[in-house]
Amino acid sequence: MPRRDDIKTVLVIGSGPIVIGQAAEFDYSGTQACRVLREEGVRVVLVNSNPATIMTDPGFADATYIEPITPEVIEAIIAKEKPDAILPTLGGQTALNAAIQLHERGILEKYRVELIGASFEAIQRGEDRQQFKDLVLEAGADVAASFIATTVDEAVDYAKELGYPLVIRPSFTMGGLGSGFAYSEEELIRMVSDGLHQSPTHEVLLEESILGWKEYELELMRDNADNCVVVCSIENVDPVGVHTGDSITVAPALTLTDREYQRLRDIGIDIIRRVGVDTGGCNIQFAVDPSTGRVIVIEMNPRVSRSSALASKATGFPIAKIAAKLALGYRLDEIPNDITQVTPASFEPTLDYVVVKVPRFAFEKFPLADRTLTTTMKSVGEAMALGRNFSQALNKALRSLEQRGSSFHWNELTHTAEELLAVAKVPTDGRIVTLQQALRAGATIEQAHQAT
Amino acid sequence: MTIGEPAVLVLEDGTRYAGRAWGAKGRSLGELVFNTGMTGYQETLTDPSYAGQIVVMTAPHIGNTGMNTDDEESRQIWVSGFVSRDAARMPSNYRSERSLDDELVAQDVVGITGIDTRALTLKLRETGVMRAGVFSGDDAAIAQKEQLALVSQGPEMAGRNLSAEVSVEKVRVVPAVGSSIGSLAVVDLGIKESTVHHLAARGFDVHIFPESVEWASIEQIEPVALFYSNGPGDPSASDRHVEILRTALEKGIPFFGICFGNQLLGRALGFDTYKLKYGHRGINQPVKDKTTGRVEITAQNHGFAVEAPRDAVVDSPAGFGKVEVSHVSLNDNVVEGLRALDIPAFSVQYHPEAAAGPHDSTYLFDRFRDLVVDRTPGSSAAGGDR
Repeated sequence: MPRRDDIKTVLVIGSGPIVIGQAAEFDYSGTQACRVLREEGVRVVLVNSNPATIMTDPGFADATYIEPITPEVIEAIIAKEKPDAILPTLGGQTALNAAIQLHERGILEKYRVELIGASFEAIQRGEDRQQFKDLVLEAGADVAASFIATTVDEAVDYAKELGYPLVIRPSFTMGGLGSGFAYSEEELIRMVSDGLHQSPTHEVLLEESILGWKEYELELMRDNADNCVVVCSIENVDPVGVHTGDSITVAPALTLTDREYQRLRDIGIDIIRRVGVDTGGCNIQFAVDPSTGRVIVIEMNPRVSRSSALASKATGFPIAKIAAKLALGYRLDEIPNDITQVTPASFEPTLDYVVVKVPRFAFEKFPLADRTLTTTMKSVGEAMALGRNFSQALNKALRSLEQRGSSFHWNELTHTAEELLAVAKVPTDGRIVTLQQALRAGATIEQAHQAT
Repeated sequence: MTIGEPAVLVLEDGTRYAGRAWGAKGRSLGELVFNTGMTGYQETLTDPSYAGQIVVMTAPHIGNTGMNTDDEESRQIWVSGFVSRDAARMPSNYRSERSLDDELVAQDVVGITGIDTRALTLKLRETGVMRAGVFSGDDAAIAQKEQLALVSQGPEMAGRNLSAEVSVEKVRVVPAVGSSIGSLAVVDLGIKESTVHHLAARGFDVHIFPESVEWASIEQIEPVALFYSNGPGDPSASDRHVEILRTALEKGIPFFGICFGNQLLGRALGFDTYKLKYGHRGINQPVKDKTTGRVEITAQNHGFAVEAPRDAVVDSPAGFGKVEVSHVSLNDNVVEGLRALDIPAFSVQYHPEAAAGPHDSTYLFDRFRDLVVDRTPGSSAAGGDR
């Protein structure tokens, strides 16, 4: 199917100011989208409040609004510019949230503006915990088992089923208040009592812990003829419990057999179909139990993400650019492959090298901040390196951080293996170097594995 | 751990790549080909289609997930040699039962690691596949000239019939899973376990015949259909299998072939086959189904292909009615599937069983089942268990 000719003007929503967890990657994807749309003769209207972006340079859009990304402002822009469609999937969570609000306030309907890239329903299905859980189960995959308890006794009963440690999340509290891990019944009783007290609905969610499981991600693309490709697999070096953005990650995944990898691929494709991302990219995160191989789907983002930028640079498959073309109605096999120019984009890149991404932290600027890495992202940037094997890529990436002490070193040992392993037990920014020092000090690989 | 001692890979044109011994020591000779799969080295090693070949893996780390019993595609490793950039020093996977290095030693496969596989692959893409040899242990000390002479004396793949070397020796029967839709005659030209599994799961009682089978023995089981598997070697050297297939087609018996089986259907219909410069070997090969317009990402492993007109329906030169090219490679437009329109026969050049590889094409086994069920009058199994 050639591209749609009913789309003449598109509003692209940028991602606003750079914050921890959402940085320059969305300028990269949004800029690519603007460029593609203009090449296709589409009039581009852009809204983004961040001046330090390439997309807001003159020449990338036909009309650029440096304005707050709020429904009110966007409505005013829509009223003036009368776009046929909005492309919200390339501006991170900010843009996606803005699109949801526009839909909910009836603004899209009022001005007859279509969401392209992902429909409102698809965005909802990806974001709504319960809907997403049902859909994962329909796809034959699993999610972390969970129960809602309203009394301490109930919680103790459920805990017998889930096993320890388990996660406790009181419902409707702000900023994760009262949530955490319980490692024993004693802790559970204490935390659930607190949690029930803090929760306005007197409910706590008990969830099976997948702490320490292996974490993988797939970057997928789908077109309107239902062709699906996996652009890249990514494996996290840090296990579940450390946010992907704070984890050292490797592409392609290196410790999956073909059977295991294809299962993730099957689940991923099934989910992108069920969620209904018709044209564009999505990112799916999996946890795999290292001792049984049980697969749990953690979450999916129906948009380009931080990992998409990495996957694009790692494989040469320009996800944002192709997502923009798919949104215009092209099919994957109608878009030329950027690298070869002669073969189509409906292929899955294969690498003869390894890509490593390491996060860059800036705790030195926040001396009071807790350096422990958790499920909330704390890194402020990242560095990527390519190598012909893992060790080469990892060392290059660590050196790229331009930070003292972040690379492996052979200076005089100042601590014993036991001391270093004790430090490595808690995930922090310098853990990989601590581990290297521990191995130098005589720790075995098994001890290092135990500690982390 | 035997990795570390010097070894050398010698190409027919005299190029030498120094590396380190991996697996068994000694020498291995064969046709040097590259495989671009990033996962699935175990399935590749045990795929009979690789018999007689030295396989270069373009993915740098090989051996990470060890070896396990579940993922074996046949009873043994078939590659004659194995080449990698970085052999894993220890496996890291919960299903791993033994290391790849140990398995190569146990099955006497001479490998080499520490090779610049990128340079080697680029060379093969330019010159096409060629004969090569891996020399390690005492054989590493053989004079260079003599090593090259050994490589050049090795057999050429063109014109080679290797099916007999990989086929089962006597008939093996795998019963249908659930209710049976009849007996399927499979000619084992190098079949993989995943294929057998898929066929049985579709309700066929799978009778796997050695490649030396005669039509008379096939006829005895009153097959509802005939299946030709993948396999190694040159399709132009398998005249006997082409004749058996023609007999079946004349009788109107439904046929499905994959890979080598596709080439044999091509020949039976009257088309020619030819050798590709460096073949298609990997698990990321895009193929377009011309009927639906859909793109499948497929697993492929073929050095030969069928030459047939891609643009229009044509008459079978051998008189089997109208034929069309049903699938084409999106990379180089090579014929990836054939369908006869007047008789119940079709085939694909790629591997729908996909082990290793994506599961996009398993629908073809359903299509085969449907083809058989639709033709079997009064079949009670229609819509049966699967």
